[in-house]
Amino acid sequence: MPETFLFATEVALNGLMAGVMYSLVALGFVLIFKASGIFNYAQGVMALFAAMTLVGIQQGQVPFAHAINATFGTDIHNFGWQAPALLAILLTVGVMIALAWAVNRYIFRHLVNQEPIILFMATIGLAYFLEGIADLMWGSEIKRLDVGLPQGINTWIDETTFTIFGYGFFIDNLDIVAAIIAALLVAGLVAFSQYTKQGRALRAVADDHQAALSVGISLNFIWVLVWSIAGFVALVAGIMWGAKSGVQFSLSLIALKALPVLMLGGFTSIPGAIVGGLIIGVGEKLFEFCFGIGQCFGGFINLGGATENWFAYVLALAFLVFRPQGLFGEKIIERV
Amino acid sequence: MLYREAGDFKTSYAADAQTFPLAFDRWGYWVLLALAALVVPFVVNDYWANALLIPFLIYAIAALGLNILTGYCGQVSLGTGGFMAVGAYSSYKLMTAFPWMDMVSVTLLSGLVTAGVGLLFGLPSLRIKGFYLAVATLAAQFFLVWLFNRVPWFYNYSASGQISAPERELFGLVLTGPNAASAVQYLFCLAIVIALAWFARNLTRGTVGRKWMAIRDMDIAAEIIGVNPLRAKLSAFAISSFFVGISGALFFTIYLGAVEVNSAFGIQKSFLILFMVIIGGLGSIFGSFAGAAFLVLLPVVLKLVGVDLLGWPTTIVAHLQLVVVGGLIIFFLVVEPHGLAQLWRLTKEKLRLWPFPH
Amino acid sequence: MKTLTTLTAAATMAAAPALADLVIPDLSYRTGPYAAGGIPFSDGYQDYFTLLNERDGGIGGVPIRLIECETAYDTEKGVECYEATKDEGALVYQPLSTGITYQLIPKTAADGIPMHTMGYGRTSAANGEVFNNIFNYPANYWDGASVAINYLLDENDGSLEGKDIALVYHNSAYGKEPIRTLEALAAKHGFILSQLAVDHPGQEQRSTWVQIRQQRPDYVIMWGWGVMNQVAIQEAANIRFPMENFIGNWWAGAEHDVSPAGMAADGYLSLNMNTVDPELPVFDEIREHVIGSGEAAGDGSHVGSVLYTRGMYAAMLAAEAIRKAQEIHGEADITAAMMRDGMEALTMTEERMLELGAPGIGPVFSVSCENHGGSGQALVQRWNAAEGVFEPITGFISPDEEVIVPLVEEDSLAYAAENGIEPGCA
Repeated sequence: MPETFLFATEVALNGLMAGVMYSLVALGFVLIFKASGIFNYAQGVMALFAAMTLVGIQQGQVPFAHAINATFGTDIHNFGWQAPALLAILLTVGVMIALAWAVNRYIFRHLVNQEPIILFMATIGLAYFLEGIADLMWGSEIKRLDVGLPQGINTWIDETTFTIFGYGFFIDNLDIVAAIIAALLVAGLVAFSQYTKQGRALRAVADDHQAALSVGISLNFIWVLVWSIAGFVALVAGIMWGAKSGVQFSLSLIALKALPVLMLGGFTSIPGAIVGGLIIGVGEKLFEFCFGIGQCFGGFINLGGATENWFAYVLALAFLVFRPQGLFGEKIIERV
Repeated sequence: MLYREAGDFKTSYAADAQTFPLAFDRWGYWVLLALAALVVPFVVNDYWANALLIPFLIYAIAALGLNILTGYCGQVSLGTGGFMAVGAYSSYKLMTAFPWMDMVSVTLLSGLVTAGVGLLFGLPSLRIKGFYLAVATLAAQFFLVWLFNRVPWFYNYSASGQISAPERELFGLVLTGPNAASAVQYLFCLAIVIALAWFARNLTRGTVGRKWMAIRDMDIAAEIIGVNPLRAKLSAFAISSFFVGISGALFFTIYLGAVEVNSAFGIQKSFLILFMVIIGGLGSIFGSFAGAAFLVLLPVVLKLVGVDLLGWPTTIVAHLQLVVVGGLIIFFLVVEPHGLAQLWRLTKEKLRLWPFPH
Repeated sequence: MKTLTTLTAAATMAAAPALADLVIPDLSYRTGPYAAGGIPFSDGYQDYFTLLNERDGGIGGVPIRLIECETAYDTEKGVECYEATKDEGALVYQPLSTGITYQLIPKTAADGIPMHTMGYGRTSAANGEVFNNIFNYPANYWDGASVAINYLLDENDGSLEGKDIALVYHNSAYGKEPIRTLEALAAKHGFILSQLAVDHPGQEQRSTWVQIRQQRPDYVIMWGWGVMNQVAIQEAANIRFPMENFIGNWWAGAEHDVSPAGMAADGYLSLNMNTVDPELPVFDEIREHVIGSGEAAGDGSHVGSVLYTRGMYAAMLAAEAIRKAQEIHGEADITAAMMRDGMEALTMTEERMLELGAPGIGPVFSVSCENHGGSGQALVQRWNAAEGVFEPITGFISPDEEVIVPLVEEDSLAYAAENGIEPGCA
C-alpha cells in the first residue's frame, strides 16, 4: 500500500480518537441544553474546576490556603495526606453535585422562563465565578493529574499493524480508555434515561416543561439532577484532558473544541455529540494532513499548518448549510 | 423631584420623537458631552486616558456594532474579534501603503473593508439561526485570525508577525505612535464615538432599524409583512461590521499601537464584546456604553480597591476579580434580566414618580 | 501580611516623598493560561529584591520598592500596568511576555524608561544603536536557535548535512522568532528544516506529533510556552520520540513542563541561559532572610527551580545595573535615565557572580552601546526525571555570530527606517 495512504489512515484513526475526546466535552453541553434549554458556557470551566478539585483532594491541599495565608499570616498548605484516586473521584462527584444544587438554587431558580440568551449570560457569570473560585481554592499553578490511566503508544496495535502493513499505527492508550469510557458513559446515559423513573421524568421535562410540571414532576429536582450529571461528565472530561496536559487554566478552553461538535451534531442529541465529535476529529486531522501541511496529492495545496482550529468550524458550517439544526438536532418548525 | 415631564410640552412630531423626550435628560446629555469634550481632555493624565477612557470608548464602538447585529437584528455573532482584526490590519495596510492618507479616512476605510468582509460572513445567517449561527460565526473568527497570522503580506513580512502603527498626525497634532498626547487620542476617539452613536441611534429608529427589529422578533412574520430578510440581515451584518472594524482600527492605531493578532483579537475578544452587549442590554444604545463601561472599568476599579487600597496580593485580587465580576453578572440578572439598560429605564421610571410611588 | 506591611511602608513613603527609593515594577502573571510559568519567575524576581532590602537595606543604602501588577499575559492589562506604574519612578520593566514587550518598545522609548527583556521580546533589540533603552542580554531567541544548532553540530561531529530538523513552534510572534535564523542556518549547514505550527493554547497537538512520527525527523526543536510544552512533551513520549533528540528553548524547559509526563519525559533536553543549582549560596540567604521572615512573594516552594532561578537572575542583573548606575553618576537615588546608563555599562564576571553568592549562574558578558544582547551564550540541560532536576550537560555554548549579526542588523535597521530613528550611540 502506498505510504501516503497508510499515513492518512493513521491520521484518520487518531482523528477518531481526538473526536471522542471532543465528544466528552460536548456531552455535558447537550445534557443541559436538552433538559433546560440553557447553553452552558461554563461547561469548560466546570471541567477545570472538577479536575482541580480532584487533584486538590487527592493531594490533600487545603482549600483557599493562599487566601487564608495572606489574610491571617499563617503558613498552611496541606492536610498532609494523600487520598486514593477512587475516593478523591467520589468526593469530587459530591462537590459537583453540591455545585449543581447551588447553581439551581441561587441562579436558575430565579431565572425560570427567561429567554435563552439571558440564561446563556447567566452561565457566563457562572463561568467567571467558578474560574475565580477554582483558582482561589486550589491556586493557579499547574498540577499533575494521576489517577492511574495508561498513557503512551499502544504496542499491540503498533506491532499488529506493522506485521500486516509494514507500518505500525500509533494509537494512544489514553485515547482508547477515553473511547471506552465515552461508550460506557453514553450507554449509561441512554439506559438511565430510558429505563429509570428519573430518566423518564428527565425526558418529559426536555419535551415540555409545563406538561411535565402538571403531571407532578419536580422541575427543581430534575434540573439539579441534570446539572449533577453534567458536572460528572465535566469531571470525566477534565480527567481525560488533564491527564494529557496537567491541570491548569487552559483546560477550560477545551470548550472551544466542543462547539463545532455541538453545532454539527445538534444541540439536543446525545448520539449527535458522539457522531459530531468523530466527524470533526477525522475531518480536521485529515484536512490538516492533506492541505494544512500538504501531504496529499503531491502537496499541491499547502496552507502552512495550524488549520485545525478554523477548519473544524468551517466543516460544521458546511453541514449546517444543508441541515440548519445539525445532523441529529430536532427539526426546527416555525409558525407565525 | 427634579426629574419631571410636567410642563414639558411637545408641539411638533419631531419634538415628540426626539431621543431624549424629557428636558432633564436632554440637558444631562449635553452637559455630559460638554464635560467629555471640553473638560476631560484637560484634566486626564496618561493613566486615565490610556488605561480607562480610550479602551472604554473603543469597546463602546465595538459593543454598539455588535448590538446592532445581535440586539436589533437578533443575529448572535461570535466573530467580533475576527472583524476587529480585519479593521486593524486594513488600517495598518492603508497606513503603510499610503503614508499621506489622514487618519479619519484610514479609519473609515478600514470600517468599510470590514463591512465587506462582514457581509461575506453574514451569508450563512440566511439559513442558520440562533446559537447555531453564533457557532458558525466562530468559523469567521478562527479563520480570520489564522489568515492574518499566516499570510505575511498582512504584516508586511516582519519577522515576528507583529504590526505596529507608524506615527501619523491630524491637524498638526500627533495622533498615533508613542509620542501622541493622550488627550488628542482621547478626543479623536470621542469624536468618532459620538458620530457613530448618533448614526446608530438614527439608524435604529428609522426604517432600517424597524426592519431589523421585525426580523429579530420573528423573521417569518417579518417576511410576510414585506421585510426582505436577505437585505435586512445582510445590512445588519455590514453595518455592524463597519462599527466593529472602526473599533478594531482604533484599537490598533490609537490604543495599543502594536498588536499581535492572536492575543489581541482572539476568541476571548469576541466573547468579551458579546458579554458587554448582553450585560449592557440588548437593543439599546445606552446599554452598549453601560456594558463596555462595566467590563472595562470594573476590573480596574476592583484592582485599585484590592491592591492599592487594601493591599492584598495581586494573585488573590486577580482571582477575586473574576469571582466578583461573575457574581455581579449573576446578581444583575436575577434582579433585572434585561441588562443594565433596563435597570436604568426602571430607575428612571421610579424617579419620575418619586417620592409618590403611585 | 507581607504585602500589608509593604503597603504601609509604601504609604508612609508616599506621605514623605523626600524618602528615596528605587522603584521596580514587576509585571507578573499569576493567573491566566501562562500562570504556571509566570509564578516562579515573579517569585524569584521579587524575592531577590526583598533579600537586598532585608539583608543590605537596599542597594547603595536606598531601599527598593517593588510594585507588582498582574497582567495575566494580556497585552491590554500590560498597558494598564505600565501606565499605572511609570509615574511612580519606575527604573526598569521586565514584562516577561513578547506581546507586551512589542507593545512597550515604542512607549518606553518615548518615556525614556529602560526595559529588560531577558531572553524574550524583540530579538533585534540587541542592536543598541537603534533600540536605545531596550536590553535583551544575556541571550536572545536567535542566539538560542543558533546555540541549539551548534549543540547538534557538536553531537554530529561538526556536520548536519542532510539531517532533518523539525521546529515545533507556538503560532505567535514569540514562536515565529527563531524561524529566520534557523532558515539561515539551514542554508549554511545544509540541514532540512520543517516547520510545524501549534496554535494557542496547544491543548491538542495530535496531528503535529503523528506527523513527526511519520516523517521521523532526526531532531525536534521546540519553541513553546504554557500548556503547549506539557502537551508536546507528553505527546513526544507517547510516540516514543527519543527525548535526547528533542530540544526545547529556554521557555520550554522548566520543571512544570516535564513533570506532568512523569518518567516518560526523562532525558528531555532544553536550552537555558542560567545554570540551575538549588544549592547556590544565594538561595540559602533567600531562605533565611526572605522566606524565613515571611516576606516571600510566593509560598517559597519554587526556590531553586528553573524559572525561579531565572527570575532571580533577572533581578540580580537589574540590581547590578543599579549599582553600576549609582557608581557612574555618583548618586544613590537614581532615575530611569541613569538606570539605562547603568544597564549599558553592565559587566558580569566570574568573580562578581561568586561575590553575589551565585557562582556560574550565567555566562560572562558585558553590555555596550552597540550590543545590548550580551554574549548570547546558553547551555543545554537534561531532565532527570528520577531526581526531578534539570542537569546541565554542556557549558555555555556560543552562538554563530556570523549568521546572527547580519540578521539583527537587517531587522533593527528596518525598524529604524519605519519609525524614523537615527541609529547611533548617544
